[in-house]
Amino acid sequence: MSTKMSSPARLYRKLEGLFSVFKPSGIHWKLVRDTIEANLLKEINAAPSPAPKLEVNFQALPSGESGTTKELIMAATQLPVLSASPQVRGPRYRTLKVGVGHRLDAFSSGVLVLGVGQANRALAEFYSSPVTRDYTLEGEFGMATDDFSYTGRIIERTTFDHITLEKLEKILAMIQGGHQKALITYSGVDLQSQEAYELAVHGMLQPHSKSPPILTGLRCIHFQPPHFTLEAQCVNETQRYLRKLIHEVGLELRSSAVCRGVRRIRDGPFGLQEALTRQHWTASDIRRGIKVHRSMLKAFSKVSDSTRAEKAQSKQRYQKTGTADDSTANITATTPKHLHSATEEAAENVSP
Amino acid sequence: MFSPSMHFCQRCLRLLRRGMISIITIKHPTNYVAALQQPLDYHKTSMRRMCSSFTPHLNLHSGQRSSKISIGRLGVGALRGLCESVTQHGQVKQHDCEEPEAKMLIPHKQGQAPSRKVPLTTLVDLEDIPRLSALEEISDEEAVQIVVPHALPPTSFSLGDYVDKSDTLTKLVQLGVELWKLEQQRNVGSMLVRLDFQSDVAPRLLFLKDLGLQDGQLGSIITTNPFILTERLDKLKARVSYLKSKKFSTNSIASMVSKAPYLLNFNVKRLDNRLGFYQDTLGLNPEKTRDIITRLPRLLCGSLEPVKENLKVYELEFGFRTGEIQHMVTEVPKMLTANKTKLSKIFDYIHNTMGIPHSLIAKFPQVLNAQFLRIKERHLFLKYLGRAQYDPAEPNYVSLDRLVALPDDVFCTSVALATVDDFECFQKTL
Repeated sequence: MSTKMSSPARLYRKLEGLFSVFKPSGIHWKLVRDTIEANLLKEINAAPSPAPKLEVNFQALPSGESGTTKELIMAATQLPVLSASPQVRGPRYRTLKVGVGHRLDAFSSGVLVLGVGQANRALAEFYSSPVTRDYTLEGEFGMATDDFSYTGRIIERTTFDHITLEKLEKILAMIQGGHQKALITYSGVDLQSQEAYELAVHGMLQPHSKSPPILTGLRCIHFQPPHFTLEAQCVNETQRYLRKLIHEVGLELRSSAVCRGVRRIRDGPFGLQEALTRQHWTASDIRRGIKVHRSMLKAFSKVSDSTRAEKAQSKQRYQKTGTADDSTANITATTPKHLHSATEEAAENVSP
Repeated sequence: MFSPSMHFCQRCLRLLRRGMISIITIKHPTNYVAALQQPLDYHKTSMRRMCSSFTPHLNLHSGQRSSKISIGRLGVGALRGLCESVTQHGQVKQHDCEEPEAKMLIPHKQGQAPSRKVPLTTLVDLEDIPRLSALEEISDEEAVQIVVPHALPPTSFSLGDYVDKSDTLTKLVQLGVELWKLEQQRNVGSMLVRLDFQSDVAPRLLFLKDLGLQDGQLGSIITTNPFILTERLDKLKARVSYLKSKKFSTNSIASMVSKAPYLLNFNVKRLDNRLGFYQDTLGLNPEKTRDIITRLPRLLCGSLEPVKENLKVYELEFGFRTGEIQHMVTEVPKMLTANKTKLSKIFDYIHNTMGIPHSLIAKFPQVLNAQFLRIKERHLFLKYLGRAQYDPAEPNYVSLDRLVALPDDVFCTSVALATVDDFECFQKTL
């Protein structure tokens, strides 16, 4: 680490990476992105710029008494070129490419993944990769609104004394069962094949990108009527769908429920711990966040390499002992992408 | 000192070298004059009209009077600015402008009398000028005086093309003016290039210094309000004397101009109108009104409609009494120009969710000026810890100004009695 101050360009190169922030509720995601871009620009432009460009100018000096000598004395001086000064040119960086991964609507809060500069390519791959997301959904029994959140217009009010934790868990299990079936349908795997069984056993089934929202996991983590909290793992979701889920849970329990909060606690490998809160949306903290994420992914890719090697071996074994059926052979050939876990794909895409 | 920038046509250069021309006073415009002006084609028509009306166009004298060119292109203004920066040679006495004479002043060699007039009949005939050869031997002195003109673009979208050559722009940059901000506005760049430092900029800078402003402040004032350089000096002085008549001290006027640079661009009637409005509607004594205006001078610059609406909001929507509003406005004048929706959001949260009465909010008006998220997160944190107690009568009272104004670490340690990490973990649960 050199002791001299880095120039704006060097500072910008260090800031190119993926990091996550904690988006507070009530703010549009674009405002978060704009705030971070403005903060980064301010710090990058504040870095000391290289020395100003000098230009040689010749000055005619008075040569003693006028008229006595015909010789002119010219003095060469180096003066800074004003047209290259920051007052005339302006700041070196006027915009930054800050991209957002999976978006969060204004009502929700939680982990929001952002990328700066060259890392936007990795961000695009991350966005299209089949990673799952974890949400905490807070609900309240007793009323139903038009936009499924507590700030909406109330449509009906109901009683909720009859609701118990057992009933709630039954409903959640029923919902999850439906989503499991949808998962298999939308993953494009033949249900009768051995490969499908292997994938399902290892939890490697992934829906393709055009599927509707699918919950891969759903459970209740807090129950105190009228308030309750669910935790959901999902793919291809929107936050409005999750609020509707709370509403539907209420309907299934022959009452009504409204969503009090949607909070994303994980987006692929980005968890809540490394997410930067509002006070830390500065260049130095973002650099630290990028470093943390990179080291995390390096560790992941090492683990995934070893597991991938194991899986390749097991696949080979099955190919040798399995049937000579063309269909299974085809599936084996065409579904290597399903063997990769979501995090592994993110790791190999994002690692520099 | 920068090298003087001169723009000469080929014939002028040749004539210079020959040392044959000093000053030519032309009684009537002739084709010769037009021909000599050949590279500057756009001036031909104006030159021919010289007889009928005296329209000074290209005055190559040292910044005596700023002529008004109505051509809006940056390039023409640039050329004129260049020509005015020719101080080295043009030591010509200013002739009477009443005569409809076209004066074409060509810089002469050093040593000759400046006011020597050469009558028309002894002018050099064009055909007599021998052709020059590139291998012609000239003395060092002559060689040094030949200045190859830089290829200045006639139009540009950036002042950086002209800043090294223009005296005015150079001096403005040295003052600290941010030219990159000014060139983004529509006609400001052209206006700045056309200004003459000695006659336009310097008197106004001296005027600002007389007001009591420091050298370091002048740059930022011009950056925010470049039109102060085109405002008439007598009007500026009239407005300052008006403010003094309203018993604003010199120091307060200086601070007002530095905080709101557009202040002196408004006429006396408008300033009077606004001062009268604040005096009447706020109902405070003149000294307090003056204090509010001094602290927030942009109240005099902007429109009065948002202020009227805000006052209505406080009175009707929030339900504050007149005395409370007066106290709040004297404490935090920014409340008069705050955003209505943000104000409503904050007030709703403080009054209905946190349960704080009007009297307490009136005591701490800076709470309405704070960020909504800050209030919300800190309140919920205190509520989670069981320390959200805002009633002065009860023990463990947390005052609203401490809730809002303290930085995070001080707030966590002294008010919430927790660590900053705890606060951040809590923020992530919201």
